[in-house]
This record gives sequence, C-alpha cells and structure tokens, in this order.
Amino acid sequence: MKSTTIDKKALYTYLEEINDPEVPVLSIIDLGIVRDIKLRDDELEVIITSTYTGCPAMDMIAAAIRVELTTLGFKTIKITRSISPAWTTDWMSEEGKRKLQQYGIAPPDKRFSIPKDGVECPLCHSSNTRVVSEFGSTACKALYQCNDCKEPFDYFKCH
Amino acid sequence: MPDMVSSNKKTFEKSSLISYVLHLADSTLILSQRNSEWCGHGPILEQDIAITNISLDLLGQARSFYQYAAQLKGDSSTENSLAYLRTEREFKNFLLVEQPNGDWAQTILRQFFISSYQYYLYQYLQNNSDSTIAAIAEKSLKEVTYHLRWSSEWVIRLGDGTAESHQRMCKAIEELWRYTGELFLPVAYEKELGIDVSSLKEDWSIKVNAIFEEATLPLPEYVFMQTGGKTGTHTEHLGFMLTELQYVQRAYPGCEW
Repeated sequence: MKSTTIDKKALYTYLEEINDPEVPVLSIIDLGIVRDIKLRDDELEVIITSTYTGCPAMDMIAAAIRVELTTLGFKTIKITRSISPAWTTDWMSEEGKRKLQQYGIAPPDKRFSIPKDGVECPLCHSSNTRVVSEFGSTACKALYQCNDCKEPFDYFKCH
Repeated sequence: MPDMVSSNKKTFEKSSLISYVLHLADSTLILSQRNSEWCGHGPILEQDIAITNISLDLLGQARSFYQYAAQLKGDSSTENSLAYLRTEREFKNFLLVEQPNGDWAQTILRQFFISSYQYYLYQYLQNNSDSTIAAIAEKSLKEVTYHLRWSSEWVIRLGDGTAESHQRMCKAIEELWRYTGELFLPVAYEKELGIDVSSLKEDWSIKVNAIFEEATLPLPEYVFMQTGGKTGTHTEHLGFMLTELQYVQRAYPGCEW
C-alpha cells in the first residue's frame, strides 16, 4: 500500500488496535504513547515515547506497530523513540480513563498526584479507600483497598 | 596550528562526555542491580514490590544513558556491551551504590542518599546544553521524585520508630556516610564539561538534615570520605557484583533471549 491511499487519520485508527501488553484494556493511542506519524513517499515513521524509562513493554509495542503496519502493506517502516517531552498521564485520552475504570483500575486523578487515601474505588465508587502501597504490579500503578467493598484495586498514578 | 588545537580539544571533550554519560549509566545500573537482590526477599510484599519497581526505573535510566554512550562512541559498542563487557576498573559508578544491601535500614538509607542526590542532579542537568542528557534528566526526574518521597518516609519511619529500628539506622549511617563525599567531588571529566557537582551539595545537605531531624537521627561528625568510584577505583564489592551481573554474557558471548 502506498501512502497516497491511506491518510494519517486512518493510520491512527489502525494503531488503536494495538493494546498495551501490561494494561491490555488501553490502546497505545489511549495512553499517548504514539506521539506522531510521518508519511513520506515510501517511508512511514512512527514516533513513540515510553511511559516510564524502564517500561519493559516498549520493545513489544514497537514490534506490534511494525507488524500492524507491515500487514497494511508498508515496506519501509521506521520507529523512532523520543524521550522529550517526557510522557505524562495528561496525555491519556478521556476514553482511556473511562476504559480503565470499567476494567477495575482507578484512572489518574490530579487530586491524588501524590497517592493518598480517598481515590474513588472503581468497583463500588466509594471514596472511603486507603493506600496499601505507593508501588504496584507495574511501574505506573499504586495499590489500594476499598474500606467499604473491601476489594483491593490498582490506581493508575499521575505521572 | 589552531585547527589542530581545536580538534584536539573537541576529541578531549567528546571523551569526557562519554566518561560522564558512562558514570551516570553505571551508577544507575549498579544501584538497580543491588536493589533487585531484594526481589522475593523484601520485608513485606508491598515493599518488595516497591524496591524492585525502583530497581526497574533505575535500569530504564541506565539503558537511556548506555544507549547514548554507545551512540557517542560510534563504534561497535551497544548498551549491552557497555553493561556486560566492561571490567571493574572501567566502571565509573559511585562507591555508595555498590555497597551491600545489609539490612533494610542500610538499603533504605543508601536509596535516600542517592535519590536526594539524583533529585537535585537531574534538576541541574535538565538545563544542560547537551539535549540528550537534558531529556533523560527531565524524564528520570519524575521517577526520582517518587523514589525520594518513598525513601524519605522510610528513613523517618525507621529513625523515629522502635529502639531497634533507630539503632539500625544509626548503624547504617555509620556504614554509608563515608561514601557520600564522592557525590559532590568533581573529577576531571566533569570539570572538562563544566558540570559543577559541588554546587548540589548545599541543597542535598539541607534535605538530608531536614529528614534526619524528623527521623530523630544524628548527623554524623566529620569522617574521612572514601573516593575513587567515579574514576574506576572501587571497593571490593563491585567485582563480585559484576561477576554475577555479567556471567551469562561472559560464559555465552552474544547470547540473546
């Protein structure tokens, strides 16, 4: 497929199909990992950024992008990693936040940029919750428990 | 001859830049490796996860620096060859980060000393004229801010905790304080690049004093400061660490999985 037959907007739609391997409910677009797509005559460049410097999912994500674009017929694909400006949860889409909550992960909330008690429980929506640990199963999450429904849950930290 | 002089100066600056980037890479890699030794052995599950999360962040920072160093070298070096195939005398990490984990108090104190150092260092470096160093610093600062808060809280909890935890923190201070002088003592490659690490000392000391005060911990009296890590003269611990860290690549060169 030549770039003339596909536009940038359509490409974003295709990349929406790729999910973060560690938070599989979110696409790489929801997360704001894809910073830009550059279409040149025969070359397609995708600029991505990592959430945390040590995020082990980045290699998998880059490989998944390559596979997706190869399937679409692109021959020359360049994946560039950028580190500046640094990734922030401000880039997460509203759709992404909604999906996180439905999945059982409390989305980033500016009032809790430093994790403290009170993040809304994604299951019963109570604010009577407590921090169990500022660090969770992945670099991007903290661990909470709801004092009302008693369920433990993850909170996607502001970053 | 002016051209030759300026070209020599350029080569010298480049070699200083490579040394400095490797110093940043090595310090984060070695601390990451030390912290990862806690994996599965943390005092409680949540803190096991915390210290290994910090380890992962530090590894990510180390990778960014090694990738940049490899790019600067412009030869066949890669992030892997720089981490796995250099010898002890080539490592430029702080002596502090290679010190054994000891008990939880010693690990926490080491982390606090380094996180507070990195917190001010990365703020300083994010304005560096080298755009790659500035970008890595800007990104890493977000992670380090989190590490600093966590380790500060633990220093306070242990210092102002039980008689036992307080005594263990005092012992950790006695053990580690002697390695903190090196953090602020510029070596040749830093001087060449105009990176003034001594300027970070005041902010760092204010931070340490404040946390120690809240933790009811005594500030150490003058002690002789150990140095040499930044130029490759290490304590006996680093060689053993590298033996483990580099084992697979040494035994099976080029192995991938």
